[in-house]
Amino acid sequence: MPNETSKRADVAPEPEKRRRPVLVQVEEPNLVTERDMGKMPVLQAQHLGIDFGGLTAVDDFNIAMGPTEIAGLIGPNGAGKTTIFNLLTNVYQPTRGTVLIDGYDTAGKSVVQVNKMGIARTFQNIRLFSQMTVEENVLVGFTNSMSSHLVTDIFRLPGHWRQEAEFHEKAQELLGIFDMQGLSDERAGNLPYGAQRRLEILRALATHPKVLLLDEPAAGMNPNETEELMDNIRKIRDDLHIAILLIEHDMSLVMGICEVVGVLDYGKIIAKGSPEDIQNDPRVIEAYLGKQGVK
Amino acid sequence: MEEDMNAEKKPYITTSAARRDRGEHGRKTLSMPVRYAINGVLVLLFLVLGELMIDGGVISRYQSTVIEQVGVYIIMAVSLNIATGYLGQLPLGHAGFMSVGGYSCALFIMKMAPVFGLTSRTISAGGPEVVLLVALGLLFGGACSALAGLVIGIPALRLKGDYLAIITLGFAEIIRVVMLNIDGVLGFELTGGAKGLTGIPGYTNFLNTFVVVAIALFLIHTMMKSRHGRAILAIRDNEIAAEASGVNTTYYKTMAFVVSAFWAGVAGGLYAGCIGVMAPSKFGFMKSIEILVMVVLGGMGSMLGSVLSATVLTILPEALRAFSDYRMVVYAIVLILVMIFRPQGLLGTYDFSLSRVIERVMNHDYPWKKRAAKEVQENA
Repeated sequence: MPNETSKRADVAPEPEKRRRPVLVQVEEPNLVTERDMGKMPVLQAQHLGIDFGGLTAVDDFNIAMGPTEIAGLIGPNGAGKTTIFNLLTNVYQPTRGTVLIDGYDTAGKSVVQVNKMGIARTFQNIRLFSQMTVEENVLVGFTNSMSSHLVTDIFRLPGHWRQEAEFHEKAQELLGIFDMQGLSDERAGNLPYGAQRRLEILRALATHPKVLLLDEPAAGMNPNETEELMDNIRKIRDDLHIAILLIEHDMSLVMGICEVVGVLDYGKIIAKGSPEDIQNDPRVIEAYLGKQGVK
Repeated sequence: MEEDMNAEKKPYITTSAARRDRGEHGRKTLSMPVRYAINGVLVLLFLVLGELMIDGGVISRYQSTVIEQVGVYIIMAVSLNIATGYLGQLPLGHAGFMSVGGYSCALFIMKMAPVFGLTSRTISAGGPEVVLLVALGLLFGGACSALAGLVIGIPALRLKGDYLAIITLGFAEIIRVVMLNIDGVLGFELTGGAKGLTGIPGYTNFLNTFVVVAIALFLIHTMMKSRHGRAILAIRDNEIAAEASGVNTTYYKTMAFVVSAFWAGVAGGLYAGCIGVMAPSKFGFMKSIEILVMVVLGGMGSMLGSVLSATVLTILPEALRAFSDYRMVVYAIVLILVMIFRPQGLLGTYDFSLSRVIERVMNHDYPWKKRAAKEVQENA
């Protein structure tokens, strides 16, 4: 355990000044694995919902994620999975419900503030800074950890060099997770597809998240790459001790690494549990394949 | 350890640890102070040479005025490049900032000259007081323009694309009309209205123009190669992702806009001293377009591109004066051809780095070598 905390301290920025936590009692502590039992959930959503006009895109979404949990969110196209990511990161303001990160309410916070509170995400359609180099992409993720003043930077005072060197090393360290140091000076837009997805994950990790949201990380990857990705996701969780929530259509990945899986259909959670339970749940089969025995 | 030893032996050449990790063992690189020294010496050389040529009469008075204007437009283009090339927005009111800076700098110098015990004749003669006065004047002009940039930037940057273009266009027109009518409306003698602000001392010369150009290029370069610059570029490349990565987009957009306005104001101050007369009609819509053309032609996001195209597009109309009937036609045709064959601008986002070239020579790492190696690989 002490080893764990020191590892975390390596990558974590100083704790920010915050208001006192708004602790809300978890009504239904679902999606919590045994390992994290008794610990404070790092991400909680309660009765989360959003309406677009008359359409209810997400309704009564509840989640409580342990600090080192890997959870999956699956569901047919248009079920509202990405909308949930947008709600958790405050890209959309929820119509109903609350999101708590480490017990702090995210209501009324901007996307950047929510990111500072500890959520980082990747996107379904890759959104890299394609004109910038690989290392610069990661460094953008460090923006809020870097503190040099504009004056220090433009006049190239010693503080600038110290900080640039420090974060260069940190960026290289982070790129090392996926063995991408050799690509540092490559333009992000020129990378192959799989490397772009990996870089997006690294950029998200650079913001020191407590929860990492991955939106279809294996999309467009071949089975070998997917397998490698599974190992890497586990490695990230084990090395950095963060919770990971992922959306994925690739069932081998979801069933392979997720400890808990939630199934979403028409904006509602229709089933949740361990991968094995989900695979045999009649409601899930119905959502994906249709009702049995209807003639 | 090995690096330390290397550093002791060759203090000017360092081997970066990261490069070694990446397997580029032993690649020689220039240390930062050396890079700055090389560039500093080159700038100094340029300034001394130019000054000598002007003093020696190799460059005529008319030519040196054109060269000063080249300097002014280099600052204008590079500053607009911050907002268009780096931030990815399309402001169409850059001439507005230029006029704010021009008027405020000229007025500052005219009003403050007696305080420094200077008259317009002694200002042209030069001296330490003049340097201080002009520096303060340019800073004042830049600050006024930056303030205007802040006022317009906060509402304007909530909009994107065409809308931002139109709101900045409107803003530049407002400034022009204010300069035109402020005397009449408020009943004092400040801007001189339509007849313009006359009697501005000729405080701009080759030396101070290009010193300011060098400072502007350096500071904009260093800003872009810092966390602030990376945040600005990230917004251009993908605003949604930038926000999700913790970049405060509103703050950095406003910052880029204000810095852009600041340098436009400084350039305006130099322009006022160069021309000697400020008239609102000089800062119309066409002036903004002219500067935008320089940036687009040179390549949005390329500092060298902006510098080159500002130089060419300022000299070209003067050089073509003999064919004044056709010069606008030539100008237009050049633009159309560039846009057809190189829509990203002459240089795209490429930026030149002298140190990179020197490092390549030091390492015998020439582009043709790479090409040859590739061919060998393909043949095998």
